[in-house]
Amino acid sequence: MTDMILFGVFPYVAVALMIGVGIYRYFVDRYSWSSQSSQFLESRVLFWGSVPWHYAILIILMAHFLAFLIPSGWAVVVGSPLRLYLLEVTGLALGISTLIAVALLIFRRIGNARVSAVTTVVDWLVLLALLLQVATGVYIAFTLRWGSVWYLHTATPWLWSLFKLDPQVHYLAALPAVVKLHAFNAFLILALFPFSRLVHVVSVPLTYLSRPYQVVVWYRQRRTG
Amino acid sequence: MNIRAQVSSVFHLDKCIGCHTCSIACKNLWTDRKGAEYMWWNNVETKPGTGYPTQWEDQEKYKGGWVKQGEQLQLRIGGRWGTLGKIFHNPSMPTMDDYYEPFTFRYGDLTSAPAGNDQPTARPVSMVSGKPMKIEAGPNWDDDLSGSKIYAANDPGVVKLSAEEQQQLFAIEKMVMFHMPRICNHCLNAGCVASCPSGAIYKRGEDGIVLISQDKCRGWRMCVSACPYKKTYYGWSTGKSEKCILCYPRQEAGEAPACFHSCVGRIRYLGVLLYDADQIESVAMQDDKDLAAAQRDIILDPFDPQVIEDAKKSGVADQVIESAQRSPVYKFVKEWGLALPLHPEFRTLPMLFYVPPLLPVMSMNNQGKQKLADDFFSTLEQARLPMQYLASLFAGGNEEEVKAVYRKLIAVRIQRRSATVGDIPAEEVTKACTVAQLDTEAVDAIYRRTTLTRIKERIVVPPMLREQAIEAGMDPEQHKQEMGFGSRRPPKRRW
Repeated sequence: MTDMILFGVFPYVAVALMIGVGIYRYFVDRYSWSSQSSQFLESRVLFWGSVPWHYAILIILMAHFLAFLIPSGWAVVVGSPLRLYLLEVTGLALGISTLIAVALLIFRRIGNARVSAVTTVVDWLVLLALLLQVATGVYIAFTLRWGSVWYLHTATPWLWSLFKLDPQVHYLAALPAVVKLHAFNAFLILALFPFSRLVHVVSVPLTYLSRPYQVVVWYRQRRTG
Repeated sequence: MNIRAQVSSVFHLDKCIGCHTCSIACKNLWTDRKGAEYMWWNNVETKPGTGYPTQWEDQEKYKGGWVKQGEQLQLRIGGRWGTLGKIFHNPSMPTMDDYYEPFTFRYGDLTSAPAGNDQPTARPVSMVSGKPMKIEAGPNWDDDLSGSKIYAANDPGVVKLSAEEQQQLFAIEKMVMFHMPRICNHCLNAGCVASCPSGAIYKRGEDGIVLISQDKCRGWRMCVSACPYKKTYYGWSTGKSEKCILCYPRQEAGEAPACFHSCVGRIRYLGVLLYDADQIESVAMQDDKDLAAAQRDIILDPFDPQVIEDAKKSGVADQVIESAQRSPVYKFVKEWGLALPLHPEFRTLPMLFYVPPLLPVMSMNNQGKQKLADDFFSTLEQARLPMQYLASLFAGGNEEEVKAVYRKLIAVRIQRRSATVGDIPAEEVTKACTVAQLDTEAVDAIYRRTTLTRIKERIVVPPMLREQAIEAGMDPEQHKQEMGFGSRRPPKRRW
């Protein structure tokens, strides 16, 4: 029953919050949509926290998504022992960098008076949830090896079942508690997403690569001649 | 021809007394709130000096403005990928320590302290963390401190001078300074606009005012780096960048911007310039020394029938063209060639122009009395402030540009001296005017426009045509009493 609530119901609640509140916030209070960067207040430690954090977490997230979206392709990738080994080692290294980075970012928020002054309760919730997520992730990578393979037979079908509105929690039921925590916390982060600065994730400014440098906005349509 | 109108300004530095009334008028209106305490959309700097933020002119450090990359113009912070790559951490962004940590004092302690033998004190506390702090910098921290080994000596323009020139600059009784008020230049080729990953910063087509859409800004803070004048500020509490808005709500109501309106020395002129937007890039590609002249060339004569016709074709309203014809900025910049852009070598085409100061440059200490030099034109080379320094400020290092302005300013002085005191023979006046390439009519016009103008002649706010703007977007019958409220939420962090 607990499994059903945590892995069959809560994911829908989290996603509903993410989409519902996210859309509400975007259209009603767009002013609040910001990365809330604190680089202006402290720059040196941020470099060692923010840069490894972002690059490493992006790659790790991409791996999680790929294994979910195209499991057959992923199975081919992890089919060869060498590739699997390389993948696991890379993942572990990236995971450890995120762990160190998020720890640095937490110490920075505690240690720097200016930065802690601009930190809200939700900021702390987000940071702690992220810490828990990468810590359990690294722990799993260490103790329950070859996650790149067993993910395909546990997380992938579970996520697909959620996607098909037919939650099959038995895929997770037999797994160790730490994996369950990792899975639950992932959706907790999604639930926190619309209430926090995490919203900046969906504002990836890729249009910058193609837009003209200068932007001119006119009140009225120009008469062209 | 793609003719656009630009609300532009001239600051006459000879008239600036450094009273900071402009800064206070602006602060009271726009930036007196949490997260914006350190933002001085208008500030007044002492030159030579390090300015605000410290050494903002040093682009090796802050990477502002543009650089030529072969046949292309590129932001100094990097290309598009380079800019995006710095989104997680921007190494050339100034931090609060380059400005100052805003502070207040615990005034309450003065009255609430228990009785004792010591005088109670009001300790300084940080307005960021609320904790007691040691104040090490503040607004105008180097005000009037020219000659200081900490401030003036570290002016990026002074550092470039020869050792001899520097020594001369700091010699006792020869020390010299002037005040330089700065606001956003509302550039034609703005670095902030070009660098914004979100595309939140834009130039208004009708009047050229550069604004940051607060709803689109995501706090990527590239604009802070890319603006070579450091006139976009990151709101540390709101997570949004902000900048001078040239008081567009006041201008739309026909009033002068607050800093212009409050200027005690009446140094500020405002008016519309017409320019050809198709030429922006080619002007920005000129060599350093040609930039000031090229920027003058892009400005068009609002009386030329061809220009008027083309402007109308490009959609410039008749009232705006008429306003451009009355623009004092056009006279100072183009007609008389008296006003120069600040650091044109940053290649943003700033639309705020400065008349360089004459007095601190040309006055000499003569037996305990300050007086202007006797032989003006040959002494330009030995001016108290080296021409090279002024040229590095206003002309991309081109001394001839600055000297040409000084010859004109001196000719006006000589003519007025002759007219009012009468101790300078008429030949001298004619000679001065010839050297300066000014006719007596222009000299008289410059004198009048500099000293005797009323506010309506100094500040020619163009018609902002709000009614057209509103009608373009909504039916005024349907939306009565709904326009003009703007954002009805206070600008602070809510989520």
